[in-house]
Amino acid sequence: MTPLLQVRGITKYYGARLGCRDVAFDLYPGEVMGIVGESGSGKSTLLGCLAGQLEPDAGEVLFDTRADGPRDTLAMSEPERRMLSRTDWAFVHQHARDGLRMGVSAGGNVGERLMAVGARHYGDIRSQATDWLGRVEIPDDRIDDRPTAFSGGMQQRLQIARNLVTGPRLVFMDEPTGGLDVSVQARLLDLLRGLVREMGLSAIIVTHDLAVVRLLADRLMVMKDGHVVESGLTDQVLDDPQHGYTQLLVSSVLQV
Amino acid sequence: MSDYNFAYLDEQTKRMIRRAILKGLAVPGYQVPFASREMPMPYGWGTGGVQVSAATLTPEDRFKVIDQGADDTTNAVSIRKFFERTAGVEVTEETEAATIIQTRHRIPEAPLSEDQILVYQVPIPEPLRFLEPRETETRKMHSLEEYGLMHVKLYEDISQHGAIATAYAYPVKVEGRYVMDPSPIPKFDNPKLADCPAIQLFGAGREQRIYALPPYSDVVSLDFEDHPFEASKADHPCDLCGARDSYLDEVITDDRGGRMFVCSDTDYCRTRQAQGHLGAQLAAKQEGAA
Repeated sequence: MTPLLQVRGITKYYGARLGCRDVAFDLYPGEVMGIVGESGSGKSTLLGCLAGQLEPDAGEVLFDTRADGPRDTLAMSEPERRMLSRTDWAFVHQHARDGLRMGVSAGGNVGERLMAVGARHYGDIRSQATDWLGRVEIPDDRIDDRPTAFSGGMQQRLQIARNLVTGPRLVFMDEPTGGLDVSVQARLLDLLRGLVREMGLSAIIVTHDLAVVRLLADRLMVMKDGHVVESGLTDQVLDDPQHGYTQLLVSSVLQV
Repeated sequence: MSDYNFAYLDEQTKRMIRRAILKGLAVPGYQVPFASREMPMPYGWGTGGVQVSAATLTPEDRFKVIDQGADDTTNAVSIRKFFERTAGVEVTEETEAATIIQTRHRIPEAPLSEDQILVYQVPIPEPLRFLEPRETETRKMHSLEEYGLMHVKLYEDISQHGAIATAYAYPVKVEGRYVMDPSPIPKFDNPKLADCPAIQLFGAGREQRIYALPPYSDVVSLDFEDHPFEASKADHPCDLCGARDSYLDEVITDDRGGRMFVCSDTDYCRTRQAQGHLGAQLAAKQEGAA
């Protein structure tokens, strides 16, 4: 089986400071990869490089495109990369405000990606938006409300609906549950897990919350100071951490 | 002979503006940046249109200015006088007789011809501006042809009002490529943009942009398959000349609900009245006088 994403030697410096160095992994279709580490460990830098938002100094990111098979997304032209990012890719931001248009209604937010890939039938766009709002448990009668009128959890669910409406194959998530209270987090995780299974999505989730990766991720990468210090199956890494930093991380989780 | 250089601007400035115009004509709908000059009028009063007119005027031209279709409003009169004084060109109020027509917010009702130039005053040239405030981003969207956002605006209209409620500055796509703001003309005028024999030039002075439509351009108003574009106007004949095909202004005549609809294009209305066409209210008034 061809990996959906092959990452080779991704290195990014901010001037003299290291963002991340020599990161490599394969992601197979339907697989969810978690990236954990403390603040400043290079998680978000790595995610930005993979999603084409940052330009790495070295390395390649091969994505298995529908048309031409594996291609280096970093060598693609910008129109091609932006096309990918509105069709086959999705990016869920930590803050819903970064991923939504706050001045546009919920339906418009969900419909934007459809219209961006050429949908020009209002009725179809509207019914797809309604369908997706239902899937993320936002009531139908909120479709014409703006996200500013939504709670934090609803905004985050709306962001997910907006991203998944074009049926992407790869989802990048940056702290998707950050800033939400635990019961809302639990429902969001439940929803994400359901969608990932149902749609057979591959996902890369960056988080510092070990419970989130335990629940969602099949495999785990632990980062520290821009390096990957440990990787493996999620349960294996969390239950039997080998690297000193991972041991520290696992033992630092507060027990209720 | 006036003490001004012909048409106020110096020759080098006019050359710079002409280069921008030619580039605009070569890439229809593309917003060409230009070094807009201070003009002796405030921004928002047509500084862009005036500069484009100044750069296209020749001593042989006959110049006409309309403001919302009318020849006799402050804006139109002062711009017309400005060029009468600084360029010494002939002026006219007749659409057919003019070679250059500067317009604010209307396209004349009378059909234009190949030897005419229509100059629009544009307040905000960027159709995506209210959806995406960053200029760097909108330029990228134009260059990569990412126009999904424009439809998001129309979608919002339908979801809130049941129909596309945008009534003026209705976005168009030019030659299947650039999405363009036609300046705040009513959408009634949008069909006249397409396949027009005259050259159409758009000048935005404050925003420092010039764009253009060469003659007989393909201009399509954006819409949805199930909510097609519709040119709309007040459903009423003109009360002065009886015209049913022209764009109308509603005029409140007293404080007891009296009102009349009149052609916004004054030259068109006057011409029709001279030909003997009579609208309902004018007929009633003449009867009362007789």
